[in-house]
Amino acid sequence: MIGGLHDVQAPAGAQAQAIVGLWHWLLPICTFVFVAVMIALGMALWRAPRAGTDTAPDVALLSKREPRVTRVVIAAVAVSTLLLLVLLAVSVMTDRALAQLPLENALHIELTGYQWWWEARYDDPDPSRMFTTANELHVPVGRPVIVTLVGADVIHSFWVPSLAGKKDLIPGRDTTVSFRADRAGVYRGQCAEFCGYQHAKMALYVIADPPDDYARWAERQRAPAAEPSTDEARRGRDLFLARSCAMCHAINGTTAQARHAPDLTHVASRMTIAAGALENTPSNRTAWILDPQQIKPGTKMPSENIAPQDLAALSAYLASLQ
Amino acid sequence: MTCDRRRACVAAAVFVAAVAMTACQRETRYFEPPTKAVTPPPVRLSQVQPGAISTDTSIESKYEDTAYALSEGKRLFGWYNCNGCHANGGGDKGPALMDNVWIYGSKPAQIYSTIVEGRPNGMPSFGGHIPENEVWELVAYVRSLSGLASSGAAPNRADAMQVKKPENNAEEQKPVEAAPSGASEHP
Repeated sequence: MIGGLHDVQAPAGAQAQAIVGLWHWLLPICTFVFVAVMIALGMALWRAPRAGTDTAPDVALLSKREPRVTRVVIAAVAVSTLLLLVLLAVSVMTDRALAQLPLENALHIELTGYQWWWEARYDDPDPSRMFTTANELHVPVGRPVIVTLVGADVIHSFWVPSLAGKKDLIPGRDTTVSFRADRAGVYRGQCAEFCGYQHAKMALYVIADPPDDYARWAERQRAPAAEPSTDEARRGRDLFLARSCAMCHAINGTTAQARHAPDLTHVASRMTIAAGALENTPSNRTAWILDPQQIKPGTKMPSENIAPQDLAALSAYLASLQ
Repeated sequence: MTCDRRRACVAAAVFVAAVAMTACQRETRYFEPPTKAVTPPPVRLSQVQPGAISTDTSIESKYEDTAYALSEGKRLFGWYNCNGCHANGGGDKGPALMDNVWIYGSKPAQIYSTIVEGRPNGMPSFGGHIPENEVWELVAYVRSLSGLASSGAAPNRADAMQVKKPENNAEEQKPVEAAPSGASEHP
């Protein structure tokens, strides 16, 4: 795992705070119920009357009244009902708390789950200011975020435990989840619905920045890719556009505009590649290009035979996509 | 329980277990790129050749019987915009792929060449733009459209609404080689 807080018990926002509150009711109550049932079971086994093999069956026992057992059963049913009502009340309150997050001036993000990565499109009233990134959300601290969840192929599930609860991404049925990060930091998310071979390697990082840092980041993401400055990087760009890369990836500012794979316009600015499978370092990027099937078998990124000098050029170009 | 009946029960249990065990065999998925050695010989439309006439198209795609490869081929058929011209196999600007007419040959190696080299009058050349193993996956899928790939492995569902019979239910069309337009003047 590549860093990032991934902990239900360490909430960093109002939503996660409400959920951990529910947890603090659920855990002791369920523990109490479990222990009580186990003790009752143990006592029942321990105290069960045992007949020998040659004892004649005593049918008269069946019609004997058992006032003590009746009392215990009534008490147990009453306690269970009470505890269930407590749990019901607590979960309704939690749901209310989740629904009451103030959403004024919210940031809108459309998050699409693919096998096995995330695409994030930052919405803006001005279409020219919208931008797309992948596997990493940056959000401003203290500002609510409304995430529209879209399933592209199979069912995925959005889950960033330190910020919000789970919500499924169901193809054909868009939903929303809202959260607010109250502390700056890096929060790890994970697809929480089995979605195929590489489900485990489908991480999402949410980076909560102070508002000014966020604004700077967003402004940089809106810009098209910079013109490469070295000859090698320029050759890398030409290779990228002429080979199979451009069949699936998009880099704004170039002719690569395919939308089947992560947008690479600012790929070098991200923490990870391959949806959290690898740290985003130059050597990991080349390893990934050379043989992604070794790192993430079944991923839609194909392996290619690339000459070492071409790979170096591609790597230099990708490094320039800050 | 009599001895006979018990024996029958044991036999039945063993039978069920044996049948269930065969279900554990998972199909091999080819994740690695194929070696260069499978690159097919050129497909010739000309009968004028030095030496004996070579029509060697014997290279078989190893993906034909693999459900994973066929379904990947189906996905790529959309990703790489094959459906932009061939629609879902019924043809549009490009010729239909689910009928029995093959202008440039129905053999895997011939379809491979058609995709990699392109063909006159509109078929783009995808060589170098699509990795080799993906071309083979497309080849397998294109053949499944007219029932030439294994029906046990061909896709039986689509992510979008089905507009035709699923590929595993395609009737096998006996390939007929049609002369490409204009080829008759140049035998």
